Amino acid sequence: MTPRDFVGRIGFYVLIGLVTAFFALPMLWLVGTPFDEQPGLALSVPDPTLGNFSELLDNRFALPSLLNSVLLALGTAVLVVAFAATAAYSLSRVRIPGRDVLLYLLLLLSSIVTGTAAMVPIFLLMFELGLIDSRVGVVLVLSGGLLPAAIFILKDFMDSVPKSYEESARVFGASAFQILRDVVVPVIRPGLATIAVWTIVNVWGNFLVPFILLRDADKQPAAVLMRTFYTEGGAPNLALISTFSLLFSIPVVVMYLFVNRKYGFRFYGGIKS
Amino acid sequence: MAAIKLDGLTKVYPGGVRAVDDLTLTIPDGEFFALLGPSGCGKTTLLRTIAGLEEATSGSVRIGDRDVTHLPPGKRELAMVFQDYALFPHMTVVDNISYPLKIKGLAKDDRLGRAVKAGDELSLDGLMQRRPAELSGGQQQRVALARAIATHPQVFLFDEPLSNLDARLRLAARTFLKRLQRDLGVTTVFVTHDQAEALAMADRMAVMDAGRIRQVGTAREVFQRPASTFVANFIGSTPMNLLSGVVRGQAVNVSGQIVQLPGDARQHVTDGQDVVVGVRPEYLSLSQSAADGALRGVVAIVENLGTASLVTLESDGFTVAATVADGEEPAIGTDAWALPIPGRTLVYRREDGELVDAPVVAAVA
Repeated sequence: MTPRDFVGRIGFYVLIGLVTAFFALPMLWLVGTPFDEQPGLALSVPDPTLGNFSELLDNRFALPSLLNSVLLALGTAVLVVAFAATAAYSLSRVRIPGRDVLLYLLLLLSSIVTGTAAMVPIFLLMFELGLIDSRVGVVLVLSGGLLPAAIFILKDFMDSVPKSYEESARVFGASAFQILRDVVVPVIRPGLATIAVWTIVNVWGNFLVPFILLRDADKQPAAVLMRTFYTEGGAPNLALISTFSLLFSIPVVVMYLFVNRKYGFRFYGGIKS
Repeated sequence: MAAIKLDGLTKVYPGGVRAVDDLTLTIPDGEFFALLGPSGCGKTTLLRTIAGLEEATSGSVRIGDRDVTHLPPGKRELAMVFQDYALFPHMTVVDNISYPLKIKGLAKDDRLGRAVKAGDELSLDGLMQRRPAELSGGQQQRVALARAIATHPQVFLFDEPLSNLDARLRLAARTFLKRLQRDLGVTTVFVTHDQAEALAMADRMAVMDAGRIRQVGTAREVFQRPASTFVANFIGSTPMNLLSGVVRGQAVNVSGQIVQLPGDARQHVTDGQDVVVGVRPEYLSLSQSAADGALRGVVAIVENLGTASLVTLESDGFTVAATVADGEEPAIGTDAWALPIPGRTLVYRREDGELVDAPVVAAVA
C-alpha cells in the first residue's frame, strides 16, 4: 500500500464516520434524553434519572394511547392481510381483461391521491356513515389506503406459487378453502408477514387520519397524543416527548426483529422448492 | 383397478383451439399406456381432461364402470404425478405423502402408517423428516410417487415423469417406474414427448398429433409398422428413410432406382401411383458390392451411435441412411448399396401419408 493509498483510505473512513455520526445523532438523542435530568435539544451525557418515566406515567393518556395504537394497527393489519391475500389470489389466478391496467391504476391512484388530499371527502364519507369518533372508521380508512399497494405486492407472491401445487391438491380432493389454507398461505407466508409488518408500521406512525376522525381523547393513538406534550408556557416538554418517543419506537423495533427472524422480509415472490 | 374409456372426447379452449378432437380410446385395466407426441399435440390436455383439471367440451370419460366426465378431480379416484412433482415445499416428506389421506379424512395414526409404508416401498425411509428442498431430483420423484401410491387410486396419471431428471438418472427411473407399475398393477397413463421413453416403458401407446390419435399400438407395432409418415418420422432414435417414388409394376421407381414392393402392398397400389417408401436405417443392410434390389449411393457421412454407426448415402434425388455394426463402416466417398431386409419395407400413399393398405378416409376440411 502506497502512502497515497493509505491517506486516501483514512480520508474515506473519516468521511464514513462523519456521515454515520450525522445519522446516528437523532438515534442517540432518542436513547439518551429520556434518562436525562435536564432534557434539552442538544446531545449531552445524561445526568441519569428515571424521573421522566414517572412523569410520563402521571399523564393518564400515555399508556392507554399506546394500547389504542396497538388496536388500530392490529385491526388494520388483519383487514389488509385478509383482503389483500384474497384479492391478490383471485387477481393472480383469474384472467380478466384489463387486469394489469387495473392493478397499476390502483397503485398509481393510491400513491397520488394521498390521505391528505382526500381527507375532506373521506371525512364527509365517514360522517355520513356515522363512523366519526369510531376506531372502526379509522381502521377502515387506513385499510383502504394501504390495500392497493398490499394487493400489488402480494399478487407477485401469488404469481410465484406454481399452479401445479394447487392442481395436485385438487386431484387429491382438496376444496378451494383447503388449498388456500394448506398450500397457498403457508407458501407465501413471508409475503403475508411482510405485508402485516408494513401495515402495522404505517398505522403506528399515522397521525392525520386518527387525528381527524377521532374526537374522544381516550381513543387517540400514541402518534396523536404526542402533540399534547407541551408545558403550560407553550414550550415543548422535551422530557415527556423524548420519553414517549422511546416507548413509541420500541414495540415496532421489537416486532420488526421478531418477524425478520421468524419469516424473513421479502418484497418479491419466489419459491425455493 | 379400472379401465379407462374415452368416447368422442373433445376439448376446445376458449379462443377456439381444439386441443383434443373427437378422441375415442380404451385403456384396459392394468395397462401401462403412453401418450406420445410433439409439443402442442394435445397429449397433456388429454391427460388433464382425464384427471378432471380440464372440463371436456363434449364426449365422455369413464373410469371402470363409472362415468366421471362431470366429476371433480378429487372424486375420480385417481392420482397424478406432475412434471415438477408439485411437492409442497413447507411440508416434510411424511406430511407430503400423508396430505391426500388427511384430505380424505383418515385418522392421524392411520395416515402416518400408510405414508410410512408407501415411503418404505420406495426406499424413502430416513428421508421422511426432510423438506423437498433437501432432496435430490430422483428422491423428489419417489416422494411424489409415494404420495400417489398411498392414496390407493384406481388410475395413475404421470405428466412427463422423467423430464426433470438428468440423463443417467432417467434411465434408472425408467426401469424403476416400469417395475413399480407392474408390481402395483394399476392402470397408468403417462405423457411424454420422448419416443424412446414411450417405447421402453409403455405396454401400448397412442401417438398423437393435432388433438387426434394417429396410431395406437404396442411399442413393436408402432416401431415396425408406423401407420403414417408422421408416426414414422416421430418414432425411432434414427429417422426413418422416406423415399418418394412412383409404382412401376411390382416395384417402386425412386429417382431412377428400383425398390421391390413388399408382397402385402402389391394389391393396394396401382401402376403409376405416387407413393412413399419407408424403411428404417436398422432394416437396411449395407454392402460394398452391388446387390439386386439395393439402393446405390455414395457414402457421405458416418455418424457414430456407440455400438453402431449411421451411414448416409447420397444418390441422385435422394439420401438414404443405414446402420452398420461398429468396425464395418465404409470409407467416405466410396460406393455402397443398401438392401432392404425382406418384410420391413413399408409403402405409404403420398397424398395422405397413410399406409397403402389403410382404408381411404375422406379428407377432413
